[in-house]
Amino acid sequence: MGRVEGKVAFITGAARGQGRSHAVRLAQEGADVIAIDLCGPVPGIGYPAATPEDLEQTVKDVEALDRRIVARQADVRDRDAVKAAIDEGVAELGRLDVVVANAGICILAPWDEVTPEVFRDTLDINLTGVWNTVQLAAPHLVAAGGGSIVLTSSAAGLKGLPFLTPYVAAKHGVVGLMRAFAHELAEHHIRVNSVHPTGVDTPMGAGDGMAQMGAWLEQHPRLAGMFTNSLPVEITQPVDISNAVLFLASDEARYITALTMTVDAGNTQY
Amino acid sequence: MAGRVEGKVAFITGAARGQGRSHAVRLAQEGADIIAVDICDEVPGLPYPAATEEDLAETVKEVEALDRRIVASKTDVRDLAALQAAVDDGVAQLGRLDIVSANAGIGTQPHPTHELTEELWRDMIDINLTGVWHTTKVAIPRLVEQGDGGSIVLTSSAAGLQAYQNIAHYVSAKHGVVGLMRTLALELAPHSIRVNSIHPTQVDTMMIQNEGTYRLFRPDLENPTRDDFVPASQAMNALPIPWVEPVDISNALLFLASDEARYITGVALPVDAGAVVK
Repeated sequence: MGRVEGKVAFITGAARGQGRSHAVRLAQEGADVIAIDLCGPVPGIGYPAATPEDLEQTVKDVEALDRRIVARQADVRDRDAVKAAIDEGVAELGRLDVVVANAGICILAPWDEVTPEVFRDTLDINLTGVWNTVQLAAPHLVAAGGGSIVLTSSAAGLKGLPFLTPYVAAKHGVVGLMRAFAHELAEHHIRVNSVHPTGVDTPMGAGDGMAQMGAWLEQHPRLAGMFTNSLPVEITQPVDISNAVLFLASDEARYITALTMTVDAGNTQY
Repeated sequence: MAGRVEGKVAFITGAARGQGRSHAVRLAQEGADIIAVDICDEVPGLPYPAATEEDLAETVKEVEALDRRIVASKTDVRDLAALQAAVDDGVAQLGRLDIVSANAGIGTQPHPTHELTEELWRDMIDINLTGVWHTTKVAIPRLVEQGDGGSIVLTSSAAGLQAYQNIAHYVSAKHGVVGLMRTLALELAPHSIRVNSIHPTQVDTMMIQNEGTYRLFRPDLENPTRDDFVPASQAMNALPIPWVEPVDISNALLFLASDEARYITGVALPVDAGAVVK
């Protein structure tokens, strides 16, 4: 019997990377999945955007595990689209137990090169998008009599990593959101926790944006140490985050709430 | 299907009953062999009966019923030489060491801080903090020598992250465990040894289900009972429950001990129904 057998999980940003990995890992342990992704570009991202084909691959991966999946192309900034995806998914799959607010963007720039557009888009997607996800999904958990919500923050949600001002602000905001929701939803046996990855081996962590990092760190060598993982590992894998999400989503963690769960190879302790 | 800690060996202190026994059984269910120690003896001033050698024998029986091996001994975590001998004997018999659960600890009668006796203070710090350091000290050389990492989990408490009145010795010891955890996480990271702590709220074991705890939580009543304790205990938690079960702590330990958590270190993991954020 799987560790989340019979549960239904709503996952944002599920076309690839960590989101796809979460869908697959939860499906391996018996969950059905409601998946959404923007499947399109956001101005300024220094890596290729996810595509409808990526989301289709997630569908295939989940179905290959004999689990059901309802996938929709939807932007977490678009409340109507998010609500429609959740409601359709719940209507088809019968319930909702787990919410994984994973969708996010990461645009690197030194503080004085961040544009208002980049700041706004990052906050809209990485923070307001998380709020949209939780607020629109939670009524189904209340109806079910309990559930588990996992918000994807970052090591940058606990410390001020350089060249990421909007990202750091949004990811810190996610912690506040997590703590506030944890209190208000506790009376419904709904748990709310955040996960805080260090660098993860996904398309977001590759591309031109990251390549610039080396040059900036050469100009600002005192900041370089902030990216150091204390464990001797340079990058983690999506499944490492998925395993933490799985634990928090499962009944094994039935009394764990309001936790900032680092999966960061010790980065925030260094 | 392989267990989640298949083939690993876990060293668990305070394993005669309660959370420690639950840890031994849960890890054994997922394929681990066990080195178990417990004092199996009185500590002065405890408001609940001491664990016994029969309790430890029951842990042995339950692990063996799962077809796992266990090496158990009556050992006090305050006795460094005895603890070293216990872990060395266990490793000699079971072949390796992968997981350390520093679980042994005592609760106590409540006293205003200035009324604590020297003996109560000393026993608490000796067992709940120095005993944890001893447990790591005797195990770390073997983990480093093996060269393939490991997972150390220290049992702290919600009282390791926030204060509770009238148990200053307990709060101080459990806070100290967090400092030890964080320091070890840094020192041992180059060896891929992870160090984390778990912070339970009230767990339904003898350590809380006793008259002393009932009095701590219900000073308003002359003879408080388990039923009287329920609302007071639940008031600590954000989730609408009075306490958690030993297996809830064991499940967190299992996750941290397993390779699923291979990049998780330095975490103070509350299993506290939201007590710390409340």
